[in-house]
Amino acid sequence: MTVQALQALPLRPVAEAGACPHCGAPSAAPGEFCCNGCATANAVIRGLGLEQYYQLRSNAAPVVGDAESEIDWSEFVSALPDGRSRLSVLVGDLHCAACLWLIEHALRAQPGIVSAQLSSATRRLTVDWNGTAAEAGRFVQIVTRLGYRCLPVDESAVQTDGIAEERELLRAMAVAGFAAANIMLLSVSVWSGHAGDGMGMHTRDLFHGISALIAIPAIAYAGRPFFRSAVNALRHRRTNMDVPISIGVTLAVIVSMAEVMRSGPHAYFDAAVTLLFFLLVGRYLDLRARGFARRTAQQLLAWTNRPVAVMTPDGVIQRPASRVAAGERILVAAGERIGVDGLVQEGVSSVDASLLTGESLPQPVAPGAMVYAGATNLDAPLTVQVTAAGAGTLVGEMTRLLESAEQGRSRFVRLAEQVARWYAPVVHVTALLSFAGWMLIGAADWRAAVLIAAAVLIITCPCALALAVPAVQVVASSRLMRSGILVKSATALERAATIDTVIFDKTGTLTIGQPRLVAPDPAGKALLPLAAALAARSRHPLCRALVAACPDTVPADQVQEHPGQGLSMQTTEGVYRLGNAGFTGAPIEQRDGCSELWFSRPGQPPYRFRFRDTLRSDAITVIGQLRDQGRRLVILSGDHSEAVAEVATALGIHEWRAGLTPKAKADFILALKDQGRRILMVGDGLNDAAALGFADASLSPASGMDITQNVADAVFQGERLAAVPEFLGVAAQSQRLCKQNIAFSLVYNLFAVPLAIAGLVTPLIAAIAMSSSSLVVVANAVRLGLLVRKARP
Amino acid sequence: MTILLLLIPAALLLGLAGVWGFLWAIGNGQFNDLDAAGAKVLFDDADARLRERRQP
Repeated sequence: MTVQALQALPLRPVAEAGACPHCGAPSAAPGEFCCNGCATANAVIRGLGLEQYYQLRSNAAPVVGDAESEIDWSEFVSALPDGRSRLSVLVGDLHCAACLWLIEHALRAQPGIVSAQLSSATRRLTVDWNGTAAEAGRFVQIVTRLGYRCLPVDESAVQTDGIAEERELLRAMAVAGFAAANIMLLSVSVWSGHAGDGMGMHTRDLFHGISALIAIPAIAYAGRPFFRSAVNALRHRRTNMDVPISIGVTLAVIVSMAEVMRSGPHAYFDAAVTLLFFLLVGRYLDLRARGFARRTAQQLLAWTNRPVAVMTPDGVIQRPASRVAAGERILVAAGERIGVDGLVQEGVSSVDASLLTGESLPQPVAPGAMVYAGATNLDAPLTVQVTAAGAGTLVGEMTRLLESAEQGRSRFVRLAEQVARWYAPVVHVTALLSFAGWMLIGAADWRAAVLIAAAVLIITCPCALALAVPAVQVVASSRLMRSGILVKSATALERAATIDTVIFDKTGTLTIGQPRLVAPDPAGKALLPLAAALAARSRHPLCRALVAACPDTVPADQVQEHPGQGLSMQTTEGVYRLGNAGFTGAPIEQRDGCSELWFSRPGQPPYRFRFRDTLRSDAITVIGQLRDQGRRLVILSGDHSEAVAEVATALGIHEWRAGLTPKAKADFILALKDQGRRILMVGDGLNDAAALGFADASLSPASGMDITQNVADAVFQGERLAAVPEFLGVAAQSQRLCKQNIAFSLVYNLFAVPLAIAGLVTPLIAAIAMSSSSLVVVANAVRLGLLVRKARP
Repeated sequence: MTILLLLIPAALLLGLAGVWGFLWAIGNGQFNDLDAAGAKVLFDDADARLRERRQP
């Protein structure tokens, strides 16, 4: 029967199934593209002679969706003084450096373009060209045709101070490094001179004089970040690490100058400048680590302000979502993301709301149904009456939740800051006491006493302390980077060090997030090729899964798609149908946690194909590992309870909640936090974003939404869930090293300070003590890479 | 020891040249995106081949 049915099908020439050369998704034949979008992207790439992209990339390209609605990009163009035009956009879906290469080269190949630069950290593309603003749309189109999303940037909200600050620190570092190296050369000669009779007094004075000439301008320039912050703190009647640094350095320079004037034997120029150099290195590393977090807000804004097609009496116009009023009617094309909350007025389609609800399957919508901003319209165009736009939408509410979560997180006090709070006053008092002490016992004149106080300040300078934490962080981040985990937040590792509860989202996190066919019984197996032949004509996730399960599928012809219902095909036998229960005339009640697709033929009962989201390959091992470490495990999902229960049972997780709204997830986490639990949240959807923000630390797979990846402290690549224990392991290890480093700094001070108070610290000893302590903490930090590697089998 | 009068200024000038070069590189924006720079080096070959092909 089945064989006959197959023969009745109008078949295309038999060909083997293959993978799309662009995105790697299954396609009908080798070398054939899965969709028109990918074919276009490939044509663009070949047309520009950029085929090497396919060799360079380390991840498959994004699946190219249907064209986004047109935006008037010329509004976002700014004119440069030299007659050029500049456009800044945010580019989404960047995977690896090859994406940057492709986009930059595709644009540079265009006539008129002067420069095209895309930053991997900010995802900002800046294009400069000779020409008018009207050309902007053409350039954006090139990028979208390659399969990347472009979002307008609101220039008023862009913060550029981060870059300026980074540059200033780098410049200061360069100057301090140059001065430190040259003064050290001179100082080493002076110290060797002290040892024998090699150096005459005049040569020494000359060397001290040159040192002063280098040191004073260098300190005046490179010390500014510290002086500014110290003055600021004092003005607010507070004290911070920069106060003793500034006082110590200034005092050292003044005392040394006095020494040079009266041609004394000791000058501390080298110590002062080297100190600044080390501190600047630490501060620069720290600032770079913080940079990622600072850029989050900027990207959120672009997300909520996508343009929508508004129907007005004058025709359809594009407007940013925030400027649409309730009651207006908008058009949503198939494949487009819905920009507002509203009621469907016309059109039957299905929407993928997985970002909002976590529900993995598209939901059918018909007139009267509610749709939400952030969902994607899949099958057919819809007309939607707006009920809320911009900040009033569900997404807007999530954004507000996120903001409050971020505020809570910014109150986190870092270990180094905790130490700094009491360190500075103690140092000041010690220096003052040693000055007063020497004066009181009358063993030294005031000049010698000031010299000793300066030595105390220099020797206690939090050099090792300021380097200790950033150095560990840099090593830890690069260690994690090598196993595909990108740490974005500077404080993430510290926060993740004491985690005792791990909360998972289900869809896309514990599971792969895509349905797979449950092995059918013999009857189903016989029907599979036929059903798959129909399914090959649809881009619905379930149809794709059906085709994936039947590798040699040849797409059938004359298949008709009924939006939100299914597919039908007219044959000599009658109409074949593949779709939901109602469409195929099957009984509706059949809930067992599986998604379903019914296949019906005339005169026979419909057959039910079942689909299930599969677990990540190493999920069971990883969950077992986390449980063995004594961590409490919870699943929070927006999906229905049967689906969640099944995953929970398979993994042996006893605590789970299903059908949660984004807010309920966040509330659950806040309640646990009140009980004193320390929580790591792992999730990938927009509905997890707030929960990710409220948790003590958070992880997101790289397959997740841009927005979620921005909120999460760290993003992991690949199919494997092993990133979770690895992240926690490295975090705990690096926290241990930070504490060791701080402890070492304190012990070092315990020995060095009495020497300084006793007046035994010459410039030579100060230089040795300072550099060696800095080297020790850096070496200890480097140990982290080795430790973790050893810990792994 | 008079050689010092020549060597010290020479050392300082060389150092200054290095600092100047570094400051120039910062101003030129070469330190703006350190994350991608590491990977972009690997694409130099591809760039070169591309240029060859574009030339008639």
